[in-house]
Amino acid sequence: MKNAVSDLLRSRELAVALVLIAAVVLTALKSESFVFSADGWRNLLVTPSMLVILAVGQAAVIVTRNVDLSVGSVLGLTAYMTGRIFIEAPGTPIIAVVLAAIGLGAVLGLVNGVIVAVAKVPALVITLGTLYIYRGVFLTWAGSDRINASDLPDDFLALGNKQIASIPVLSIVALLVLIAVGYYLYSTRGGREMYAIGSDPDAARLYGLPVTRRVIGAFVLSGALAGLAGVVYAARYGTVSSGAGLGIELEAVGAAVIGGVAIFGGSGTVWGAAIGAALLVTINRALPVVGISDFWQRAVVGGLILAAIVLDRVLALHRERRLSIERDTRSLA
Amino acid sequence: MRLNKKSIAVAATVVVSLGLTACGGADDGGDDGTAFTFLPKNLGNPYFDTSEVGAQSAAEELGVTVTQVGPDAASPEAQVPFINTAAQQGADALIISANDPSAICGALEEASDAGTAIVTFDSDTDPECRDLFVSQADAAGIAKVQVEMIAEQIGGAGQIAILSASANATNQNAWIELMQTELEANYPDIELVDTVYGDDDDQKSFDQTAALLQSYPELKGIVSPTTVGIAAAARYLSTSASKGEVALTGLGTPNQMREYVTDGTVTEFALWNPDDLGYLAVHAAAALANGDIEGDEGDTFTTERLGEYTVGPDGVVLLGEPFRFNADNIGDFDF
Repeated sequence: MKNAVSDLLRSRELAVALVLIAAVVLTALKSESFVFSADGWRNLLVTPSMLVILAVGQAAVIVTRNVDLSVGSVLGLTAYMTGRIFIEAPGTPIIAVVLAAIGLGAVLGLVNGVIVAVAKVPALVITLGTLYIYRGVFLTWAGSDRINASDLPDDFLALGNKQIASIPVLSIVALLVLIAVGYYLYSTRGGREMYAIGSDPDAARLYGLPVTRRVIGAFVLSGALAGLAGVVYAARYGTVSSGAGLGIELEAVGAAVIGGVAIFGGSGTVWGAAIGAALLVTINRALPVVGISDFWQRAVVGGLILAAIVLDRVLALHRERRLSIERDTRSLA
Repeated sequence: MRLNKKSIAVAATVVVSLGLTACGGADDGGDDGTAFTFLPKNLGNPYFDTSEVGAQSAAEELGVTVTQVGPDAASPEAQVPFINTAAQQGADALIISANDPSAICGALEEASDAGTAIVTFDSDTDPECRDLFVSQADAAGIAKVQVEMIAEQIGGAGQIAILSASANATNQNAWIELMQTELEANYPDIELVDTVYGDDDDQKSFDQTAALLQSYPELKGIVSPTTVGIAAAARYLSTSASKGEVALTGLGTPNQMREYVTDGTVTEFALWNPDDLGYLAVHAAAALANGDIEGDEGDTFTTERLGEYTVGPDGVVLLGEPFRFNADNIGDFDF
């Protein structure tokens, strides 16, 4: 029994998923329509999709012992560009707009990656800088202007709540992103190298791993996914003003941390980050339904992050102790 | 850092030289008859473009020339050269929407000393810096129109909720307080069940709307006294099963709300009419410039389209009750 519990705790993904399920069940007990109504079901699935996409990109960056704080600004910029394209060139196919947004995101991510990898300055500082620069570009471009729902084509707006077999399209997009990135990180050489780099960058370099290329790659991925999230933002909310995506980078980092991605790199999975994102979003939606006031909602999110970090620390100590006991007993034998 | 300063300096030079060019253009209008300068916060802003239409129609009625000038970006420093130019050209009146309540005061005083009547509209300066302020709305009017609209839309009875900006937004809180008083006094069958805050953020307002509908299955209507909130709430409602079931009203701009009025999510919302505001501002300026009024409390002047106006305390002229936008008239507006 004790083993089962500790195994469970060690699988962070499973633990967070259980908390998520508990949150959904408890809220549904209080208000059935949270799950069992057309709107409730759709919101449950579609609302986390944007943060899931961001958290997956963020997890890939954090695994390499970096962080990308510019994703909120990239999201805002690409969401605004999405609207701008539809205004300037009506009739542009949606897929072309999506690709353009992903492309712009990737370029902005490339800038982050190149500066971090070449200048060897901590990513925290670099991406904090580009957070402001990208936001500044956005503010200059948009000014007091905003994209309104009537500027966007109906087909595009419909994507925001379209469902295939009762599963929202945006959720499917998020799931595909998750599977693709999860497969890459878990099963390919490049992905494993990213973990190795995050565990010990110096050793990875000495061993001859392409550290620079992998780190740049992680930032390009994060930027591209932030670009995709920008399109999702425009389709879902139908309005883009210069405040779009403000502060969401912290939610993305928070989601990854809650999901068990170690902030110092080298461990954690995108599955965990995605479940963490779903938990964060769902808790935020559930608390008002349960009747917990606005003011406490932020505190709960903060508590989740702290709990995740404390849990990490406790488990790490536990593991260390067990490893050293194993070593001692082996050497005795 | 040094690069930053340099680029700011370059940008400033560009703004100033643009300003000078625009001022040169303004000269042509001031040669004969009465000439007013119309100075919005910035050019290319659909809201002020609408005001200018009203200003020009008043100018036509009165036989005066109104010339619009303005900076590209809404910053106080950018307005100063335009104020100076208007004074140098001897404009009879300056009609301005202030980018800062005090930063442009010095320039305005100089213009006033040169004999130019100063009328602020839309956004005021400190009262001592101008002769009149043409105000678009007052708190009581804003609160009243919103309560009236929601009462009409839900048939005078049922649960409603408010989706506000941030919890510490001064304007919204003042309006909400007045709305509560109004509801208690005149609408006993309407119950205000909750006030939630969307922080004037599209995403948060959207999610708060979803949560409201979830938490109060009996909810009949939502009032959002903020343009960001009402648009986000409308977007959520338009995609939900509650569309057409739950009424939504509040303060919004026609461009933000067009989609949702067209698709039937929203019946009617309010704001002031910037066209009327520009019109009234020019009439007020003309009354001052002609010497019909001094700008003191109790002075009255008449406009052809909107009737008679009385100057209130602190030299404020109130446009009137907020303007209601609905399917019949939303097509006439673009701001």
